[in-house]
Amino acid sequence: MMAMASPYLSEQTSVSMIMRKVLLALVPGIAAYVWVYGSGILVSLLLASVTALVSEAVMLKLRGRPLRPFLLDGSALVTAWLLALALPPIAPWWLVVVGTLFAIVVAKQLYGGLGYNPFNPAMVGYAVLLISFPVAMTQWPAPLELAQAKLSLLDQLRYIFGRVLPSGLTVDAISSATPLDTLKTQLKLHHGMADIMAAPMFGTLGTKGGEIVAGAYLLGGVYLLWQRIITWHVPVAFLGMLALLASGCHLIDADRYAGPLFHLFSGAAMLCAFFIATDPVSGPTTPKGKLIFGAGIGILTWVIRTWGGYPDGVAFAVLLMNICVPLIDAYTQPRVFGHEK
Amino acid sequence: MIEKLFKFHGGVHPPEHKAESAATPIRPVPMPARLVLPLRQHIGNVAKVKVAVGDHVLKGQQLAAPEGMISAAVHAPTSGTVVAIDEQLIPHVSGLPDLCITLQADGEDRWIEREPLDYEDMEKTAVIEALRQAGVVGLGGATFPTHVKLRADPRHPVKTLILNGAECEPFITCDDRLMRERADEIIRGLQIMAYLLDAECCLVGIEDNKPEAAQAMRTACARSAVPVEVVLVPTLYPGGGAKQLIKVLTGWEVPSGKLPSEIGVQCFNVATAYAVHRFIDHGEPVISRIVTVTGKVARPGNFEVPLGMAIETLVQAAGGAAPDIDGFIMGGPMMGFKLPSPRVPVVKATNCIIAASPDLFPPQPLPMPCIRCARCADVCPANLQPQELYWFAKSQNFEKARDYHLFDCIECGCCSYVCPSHIPLVQYYRYAKSEIIALDRAKQAANLARERNQLRLARIEREKQERQARHAQKAMGAKTDTAADEAKKAIIAAAIERAKAQKAAVTPQNTDHLPPEAQAEIARIEARRSQAMEQQKE
Repeated sequence: MMAMASPYLSEQTSVSMIMRKVLLALVPGIAAYVWVYGSGILVSLLLASVTALVSEAVMLKLRGRPLRPFLLDGSALVTAWLLALALPPIAPWWLVVVGTLFAIVVAKQLYGGLGYNPFNPAMVGYAVLLISFPVAMTQWPAPLELAQAKLSLLDQLRYIFGRVLPSGLTVDAISSATPLDTLKTQLKLHHGMADIMAAPMFGTLGTKGGEIVAGAYLLGGVYLLWQRIITWHVPVAFLGMLALLASGCHLIDADRYAGPLFHLFSGAAMLCAFFIATDPVSGPTTPKGKLIFGAGIGILTWVIRTWGGYPDGVAFAVLLMNICVPLIDAYTQPRVFGHEK
Repeated sequence: MIEKLFKFHGGVHPPEHKAESAATPIRPVPMPARLVLPLRQHIGNVAKVKVAVGDHVLKGQQLAAPEGMISAAVHAPTSGTVVAIDEQLIPHVSGLPDLCITLQADGEDRWIEREPLDYEDMEKTAVIEALRQAGVVGLGGATFPTHVKLRADPRHPVKTLILNGAECEPFITCDDRLMRERADEIIRGLQIMAYLLDAECCLVGIEDNKPEAAQAMRTACARSAVPVEVVLVPTLYPGGGAKQLIKVLTGWEVPSGKLPSEIGVQCFNVATAYAVHRFIDHGEPVISRIVTVTGKVARPGNFEVPLGMAIETLVQAAGGAAPDIDGFIMGGPMMGFKLPSPRVPVVKATNCIIAASPDLFPPQPLPMPCIRCARCADVCPANLQPQELYWFAKSQNFEKARDYHLFDCIECGCCSYVCPSHIPLVQYYRYAKSEIIALDRAKQAANLARERNQLRLARIEREKQERQARHAQKAMGAKTDTAADEAKKAIIAAAIERAKAQKAAVTPQNTDHLPPEAQAEIARIEARRSQAMEQQKE
């Protein structure tokens, strides 16, 4: 049967097509991740994917919704991948599972499933983990080129599932605090910016290794822009505001404030700019609203990174701005054709 | 000279499918034996039947007259006999039958006497009235009576006259062919319209996917004395919407809820200009139109079709439809509708018939939830927020939908076209609009009923009090001087006073010399009368 009423034509597009393109756009980032930190991230991705699909299926069943269209729409996988990419790549298996479960079951399905979640599910999962298990969340592996000891994939699996390290190795040998964390601690100890940045973990743009991953995310983001999956508003406003604040303070006191490039290429800034803050469901819909939303995340990210209690502020910045979305949308309605401003 | 074109917000590029029907010249069709002519082929009042069953009529004879200003006449497309005036299925979205005149052709195709109109020597109002009687309506599909738009309004003088040859809907090519083949006639019609409106500037807007039509129109303009500018506008659906075309050509936006004439612009379809020319220069009322027949038919193309011909007969003229079709669409695929039956007649609004099949218009997948991707907002030519309107319509939050300017939606279908969740958005808006209109009507009716009820209650209460007063008066009888008696006396006294005053003012009457008793009697009668009148008044 053709459509009941006009229009009878429609563009060849679907929710699952959009989600598949988002997943595809994440592939360069994942490849860079594997190259920099080793293949442990693939285990996290797999764990998160399976958990997301199983929990989504169970919740759909409980809610009496059809399984097939919603499992195939790909939105659960996007949430799972974004969360896995935000977690330390050698995180214990239960951390990944608990985070994903919370994201899918509570943040997404309990709010009504696809299209109805007011908060970004991956960031809800991340925030819950960060508050509940701060130690596990900050154990990041050093990039392979800096690591004192390299773990084979089997060793990584043993560590992820059993917290067992090869004999003679301690946790400190494979993990370190993140550069954002280090920067914060060192600044508290009144070390100068130049001294801090001289440490090997800091790279040319941001952090050693991390900047490559960030660059790969940027590449994926360009693909999403080209495919018109996202619009430029949120990434430009977010990265622009983050860079603006960082530049301003860096110019005033370069010894205490990191420069704009460091902020853009560290932590989850690039991932957030193109993949997280651009989530349509939990973001605003008007062009002006998207600019405000992105700029707000930029401000909050910088503030949390600079003065807050957590090394990276992306997740909380996104969640705080999610709260503002209905207000932003209501006050940024564009002028309708034939109406005065 | 137009130096710069403007842009309207949004728009989409659906596959055009115009090549199938645009290649061949306009073909005539054999006159069918039976024609069904709905009395409402236009926007406005239903035309009033002027013939009776059994009457023999000539080609071009008026069968139904316009009723009121916003109405249009209906004429006989051929000579023959009126065999029925009854309700028949018509090509309308509702699928409901409407009053139609059925004409049995006599095969002679004999015309009424036709005379060109010497319009420049006539009062303009007389020309307008003649056009009203000729049944000319907007042939782009909206079918608004043309004479209404040609009346000069001193409050809003029309400076700019725009001919709409954009034809932005996919599949439709009737205006394209008309412009290619009859450009001189269209320009002639434009000249007449410009004269009637005293327009200073004439523009023809044609989408740039029709270069041949534009070339033909330019050549015709060069031949004619009228200063007309033919402007190629970018091909972008719905660029042929009147408000969108006006914006593209002039940069002006018709204010919401207002008419283009209120900003000094009037916009007509090219086929309407052609119809004006046929009537003024040849005395032929609107009895046929060009129709694109396309989709899954053997020989798609454009046909000059007498109004009232059954769609299925027309499709036969195009070589017949493929066996796998699942219906016919009238209009384009973006804004048209599925015909309730292939037997409905061609009407003035019929610009295109598409034989639809599942491979041409694939079935829509099951709708998914809205993910707020706002693609609909990106393509909305009215710059609305369709995702919000959808949300409000779905949750029956109609007031909010109205606040978000639901009634500025032109139902072009761009939002549904791009929706990745395959939500039939336009249907939600149609539903919300009709609900709001129904609610408004119900509210009006309720207000009226409440007012009436309040009046009724007040009357009942008053009658009760009066009854009580009368009973009380009866109970008291004439025993004592009651308040009622006092009042009565006061009225009598007042009446006497009035009588005296009257007597002083007017010439003496024969009652003046009556004895005082008689006069008092008259006064009492007067008092009773005035009391009765007071009561009646209440």
